[in-house]
Amino acid sequence: MDLELMINSFPKLLSAALITLKLLSVSLIIGLFIGLIFAILRLNKNKFINKFAYGYSYVFRGTPLLVQIFIIYFGLGQIEYLRSTVLWVILKEPYWCAIIAFALNTGAYTSEILRSAFQTIKPGIVEAGKSLGISNKVIFYKIQIPIAIRQSLPAYGNEIILMMKGTSLASTVTIMDLTGVAKYIISTTFKPIEVFIVAGGIYLFMTFIIHNVIKFLEKKYSFN
Amino acid sequence: MELLAFGNTGWGDELFYATLMTIAVSITAMLIGFLFALIFTPLKLSKNKFLNFIANSYTTIIRGVPELLVIYLFFFGGTGAVMFVASIFGYNEYIEINAFITGAFAIGIISGAYSTEVFRGALQSIDKGQFEAANVLGLNKFGKFFKIILPQTLRLAIPNLSNVWQITLKDTSLISVTGLVEIMRQSYVAAGSTRDPLFFYSFAAVLYLLLTFVSMKLINRLEIKYSRGF
Repeated sequence: MDLELMINSFPKLLSAALITLKLLSVSLIIGLFIGLIFAILRLNKNKFINKFAYGYSYVFRGTPLLVQIFIIYFGLGQIEYLRSTVLWVILKEPYWCAIIAFALNTGAYTSEILRSAFQTIKPGIVEAGKSLGISNKVIFYKIQIPIAIRQSLPAYGNEIILMMKGTSLASTVTIMDLTGVAKYIISTTFKPIEVFIVAGGIYLFMTFIIHNVIKFLEKKYSFN
Repeated sequence: MELLAFGNTGWGDELFYATLMTIAVSITAMLIGFLFALIFTPLKLSKNKFLNFIANSYTTIIRGVPELLVIYLFFFGGTGAVMFVASIFGYNEYIEINAFITGAFAIGIISGAYSTEVFRGALQSIDKGQFEAANVLGLNKFGKFFKIILPQTLRLAIPNLSNVWQITLKDTSLISVTGLVEIMRQSYVAAGSTRDPLFFYSFAAVLYLLLTFVSMKLINRLEIKYSRGF
């Protein structure tokens, strides 16, 4: 055990953890929007729209996140047309490519979580709203969405943790996040166990925090 | 399409073998995972607090730390660990472990943590009456486990195990960082030498989709088989 290395690498890894958190929070926010939109599309009665939303979530859930990042980072740059548009400002940055991939990926999972939450809402609740003369729009925004969010909290908490682990793949496109810095230290010092303990500890700490925040929210918004 | 030709002119055969490699690594990792689940599920359900603690640490650490970090640990640390063990037995030559074994083991440990949770959940949801009924029938320990408990556990576990399989299959793409030539690595090589990353990574995505699609169909059949009578 090389304690000195562990102590020395701790501040470096900690500042890299901030990049991990930044990647995670930005992609979760965008992903939540995408997820909500696609969950609503999935509930649409139009078969074409329905199939389209299902196809999106199927493709993104059925392929590894690594492939998705590589397609966006290495693949899209190959299209000449894209290079001449404004989009290129975003797509040439590995940071944004990673975020786009993460957001699309978590969006697919989130849409499934929200869809099943919408479907478990008892029809009686919607009917009660209707019989009180509340408009469909208000029923949707004020009744269905809050209930769906509460229902999907446990599953969404898992998704946040999975996504946090997913951000480690950003290191494959040159971003120095927690895993990227850990790999760099390992490959220069050849002390994998020490670095793994420190970096893994930081990840576990973040998992622990997320887990407890979700638990707290679940309690706060529980029905009884 | 020329790019996918078999033989020396295209990447068809290389990608075909890479797909077989992905399947082989996934199955090996899944089996290693079952082995870990076989050890840790009883520990999780045991009344001994210390054994409980060991099993809980295993599943918590593995499920809370990124797969890539675990793979780096094995990739950089595996050789050292094996050489250390070998040196205890008096063997001091350099040992290189094959990328397949390192990769399958790393993914297997990850897969095992998920499988442990699945088996624990399934075992816990079996009605107590079933254990009592088996006792009343005078079955011995093995008979009780293999004839009564295991079939019911499998029925409950298969839907969740199919999720574990999906996770395992997708995680194998991460082994490409160790240089094992599976779908991802082969696509990386092909993309580099043809300068056509969009095509090859999209094709890799199609291959993965195909693998998940086909395995889901097969698992559905298993599910029907094990839920006969329910």
